[in-house]
Amino acid sequence: MSEDLKVSKIKRGTVIDHIPAGMAPTVLRILGISDGASNVVVVAMNVKSSKLGQKDIVKVENQILDEQKFQKISIIAPQAIINIIDNYQVVEKRGVSCPHELEGILKCPNRNCITADRLEKMLTYFVCEKEEPLILRCHYCETSVAADRAEIL
Amino acid sequence: MQSRWLGRDIISIRDLSRDDIESVLLEAKEIRPNPDALRGKVVASLFFEPSTRTQLSFGSAVERLGGQVIGFSSGDVSSKAKGETLSDTIGVVKGYADAIVIRHPKEGSARLAADVADVPVINAGDGANQHPTQTLLDLYSIEKYIGRLDGLSIGMVGDLRYGRTVHSLATALTRFKKIKLRLISPPILKFPASHLDELRGLVEFHEQEELDLRGLDVVYVTRIQKERFPDIEEYEKVKGAYVLRAKSVEEQLSAKSIILHPLPRVDEIHTEVDSLPQAKYFEQAEGGIPVRMAILKLLLLGESK
Ligand SMILES: [Zn+2]
Repeated sequence: MSEDLKVSKIKRGTVIDHIPAGMAPTVLRILGISDGASNVVVVAMNVKSSKLGQKDIVKVENQILDEQKFQKISIIAPQAIINIIDNYQVVEKRGVSCPHELEGILKCPNRNCITADRLEKMLTYFVCEKEEPLILRCHYCETSVAADRAEIL
Repeated sequence: MQSRWLGRDIISIRDLSRDDIESVLLEAKEIRPNPDALRGKVVASLFFEPSTRTQLSFGSAVERLGGQVIGFSSGDVSSKAKGETLSDTIGVVKGYADAIVIRHPKEGSARLAADVADVPVINAGDGANQHPTQTLLDLYSIEKYIGRLDGLSIGMVGDLRYGRTVHSLATALTRFKKIKLRLISPPILKFPASHLDELRGLVEFHEQEELDLRGLDVVYVTRIQKERFPDIEEYEKVKGAYVLRAKSVEEQLSAKSIILHPLPRVDEIHTEVDSLPQAKYFEQAEGGIPVRMAILKLLLLGESK
């Protein structure tokens, strides 16, 4: 089965390819897809990949990613390719890139961070410290966190 | 000329370049008390947790430049008790003052204050994170007594895991050339690995357990706190090993080397060391005044020329 074949199976929506093996469930959570969802979702896990060894693929019909979801996926799947599908054709192919600023996307791992203060009710804010491997730093308390260990809000 | 300093915040040593550090130190070297410099300027000193020495040092610096201090320390009735957020407190105080000095137990609080306030904010300690004026005064002492900040061999001794001052000083030293760090601590209190990653390639560093001072220009001692140890026996085993004694200082350190400590000292430097020429920790604390005066002047009036 060629990749093109898999990609072109939905009529309109989004195909997220090159997700690290095992991360598809996290991607589904980011997309907000739960058991009761009505749109068609196709998940392929542990597919052979020349780039990653093994990879996951997620296809969602009738959903186009907003910027926030796009950023979240950038963090957990820095090599992902996002294909926008319309009428069975890939109309846009977008690689994710190191997000330079992330507002309200990650939880700060430091429990004494001001962003964790209940009273303050503020959004977290992370900036990209280093690419490959992706390291993010809390704008406020300066705690650094490796992207693959970051807790997505 | 556009000022590099006017209206700026001093939140983290990470925000300061070599040029920035050098200009603060130069300003500090030249600054003298001047009752007209900050005449009519009000500095708000907001201490959400007590730190008497830091608060007095900032207060003294403002007064020596003719400015006025308003504010509170944690013992006073604070807005926190009434459930006001830090953002709201700062939002109000910024209207009362030309600059804000803040100390707060939460990491990131000073950055939040700076984001809210349109007047300069100086971080006087945000939890375990940053205390940049302490680092600048450490550098001021090193330059004053050693005569340079490049090509230094610096030994950091004691609690390198939780010690905010050593982390911050190490970051500041990455701005300078040919720095060698000797990180001396018990295994349980080693310098954090994530922070070492940040230093890699910028300074040379070496970790060891043994207290060996040979070849060092600067020995920076920090306190090992009993509470950091999961069991007391472990603490008893190591505590004596990191106490600086006159004998080892005389045998291992050159007369031109210096010993620093952010104070208060408990027993990690024996009092017999105090009278040795290398002991500079009391002079180091005095440097806090010119350094803080220099920062206030730069942020409120801009650079001299
Ligand atoms: Zn944080």
